Amino acid sequence: MSNVILKTEQISKYFHDPISVKVLKDISFEILKGEFISVIGKSGCGKSTLLYILSTMDTDYEGALWIEGENMGNKNEAELARVRNEKIGFVFQFHYLLNEFSVLKNVMLPGLKLGNISEKEIEHNAFEKLKLLGIEKEALKKPNQLSGGEKQRVAIARALINNPMIIMADEPTGNLDKKNSEIVFNIFQELSSLYNQSLLIVTHDNEFANRTNRIIEMEDGKIIKM
Amino acid sequence: MNYKLIASISISLLMARWRQTLVAAIGVTFSITMFVGLLSFMSGLNDMLDGLILNRTAHIRLYKEIKPSKQQPIDISNEFKNYHNFIRSVKPKNERLELYDAAGIMNALKNDERVVGVVPKVTTQVFYNVGALDINGIIDGIDAAEESRLFQFKDYVVDGNYLDLKNTPNSIILGKGVAEKMMVQLGDVIVVTTSKGEQISLKVVGLFQSGIRDIDIVQSYCSLNTTQRLLGESSTYITDIQVKLKDVSLAPLIAKEYENVFHLDALDIQTANAQFETGSFIRTLISYSVGITLLIVAGFGIYNILNMMIYEKMDSIAILKATGFSGKDVNAIFILIASTIGIVGGIFGLAFGLGLSVIIDHVPFNTASLPAIKTYPINYNPKIYLIGLSFSIVTTYFAGYFPARRASKIDPVIIIRGK
Repeated sequence: MSNVILKTEQISKYFHDPISVKVLKDISFEILKGEFISVIGKSGCGKSTLLYILSTMDTDYEGALWIEGENMGNKNEAELARVRNEKIGFVFQFHYLLNEFSVLKNVMLPGLKLGNISEKEIEHNAFEKLKLLGIEKEALKKPNQLSGGEKQRVAIARALINNPMIIMADEPTGNLDKKNSEIVFNIFQELSSLYNQSLLIVTHDNEFANRTNRIIEMEDGKIIKM
Repeated sequence: MNYKLIASISISLLMARWRQTLVAAIGVTFSITMFVGLLSFMSGLNDMLDGLILNRTAHIRLYKEIKPSKQQPIDISNEFKNYHNFIRSVKPKNERLELYDAAGIMNALKNDERVVGVVPKVTTQVFYNVGALDINGIIDGIDAAEESRLFQFKDYVVDGNYLDLKNTPNSIILGKGVAEKMMVQLGDVIVVTTSKGEQISLKVVGLFQSGIRDIDIVQSYCSLNTTQRLLGESSTYITDIQVKLKDVSLAPLIAKEYENVFHLDALDIQTANAQFETGSFIRTLISYSVGITLLIVAGFGIYNILNMMIYEKMDSIAILKATGFSGKDVNAIFILIASTIGIVGGIFGLAFGLGLSVIIDHVPFNTASLPAIKTYPINYNPKIYLIGLSFSIVTTYFAGYFPARRASKIDPVIIIRGK
């Protein structure tokens, strides 16, 4: 029981515009430490919505979300930001890097925000993460000088900087070609097998999903297989 | 909150769009420059106009007025004490204009904490003799050095040295209008007839121009001694005591007090020059409203630019929030951006404002009424700079506050999902 890192209880979510629609229906499941999970389902089945709730960014839901035994429903905006900063690494479909900063600084930012260790150490760690993902040569470039695949790898490095409890990704390969998708998948797999990193990946690439440890399949806001 | 991190993010955002930043900062700089320049100029002009009358006027003038006694015998009588007594056609009694124990009063005034200085004055009517003609005139007997120190007498002596009045016996500084009428120059000797009919020769050691023609065609100055001799009085004879106060605004109050203590008439500057008070107040009001309007307009400019900036940075804000920055952090970043623009723009504005003031200060400005002034007047009051800087910081803070608050409330999910 102690290695349950994330748990949901009866999570439901409504969209009210233009009419009230229940997009998530009583979602309950658990994620154990070290699991490599993919969430699949057709477009509009609510998998991204679920991911945003799990990542604490979306707080407008019913039910309960527990991360490492703490109920997220009781936390205010600043505390949730802290949870995201410390425990969750997020990778988006679109890379979402800040073009104002160098690649290295982009990776460092969440670490600097957490501020547990000195800037020197964060810089060192960030460089190590970039090395792990094979893009250390690009460290001092600006994100807009990088290719799509490289950007996504930088985004993964950024998600890793605070050694999060779990990495969540929203269709991380959605914008990438076959070759780059393969690279990204291999990185995730390596993180899972070598570093026992917990991963929750939303995807509609079944081939990708089939190579993960566990598949959660959703349809019409419900989990139909897990 | 990690201020170093917040600061480094703000600076990066500022530098990433440095042109936009520059435009915003120039907007602030321009308005502060204008504010400082305009206010310095306007308050300089204001001070000059005030100075035209107020500088050379005593804050309180103690003198004796020829008027009937306020207390008539019937008011003192017990029988009619509770009646309204109407007495008509009361005539003043023949009293000397001399202030009794002037030296004692002056000593008492000099010991008053609120007083900067005290100068005695003797005023007498004379006739300037020009051939067969007599021109009406007034001679004030003054202490030239003290008069200069307290009331800028030397600024109005356009020719000759004002101190010669003291150093040369039987000397006179003639009003410029009088001198023109009499066609005399420095070093000439003129003859005046005193009110007692005596004729006395005086040497012209200077010319005086107040800028008010009505004064310049009658007024002249002699030393106290000379004037007392013109009147045939002793050296204790004083008709006026002029007081300069540390705080002019207290003049009406102190005047009343002196009136009661010394049993003399006391005229304060506000009563004597009421129109200048009003005029000066209104001019100050106008210049401040123009200045503040400039700053508010600049504030809206900054508000617009920051609003646009935030609109462009939506993605960045969302990403900062997704990676663990709280609304408070985002708020602080944008407030810092706004304040930086405000402070930097403001400081440059002060510098340029000072430059503008210096330029105006060097533009020639010659006017007959103000012999002491050669260029346009500027008031380098630090208060103006302080107001300019604080106002620039306050307006930019508020111009940044609302966009920053909006940024802090942005929901990252909406932006990320929107893609």
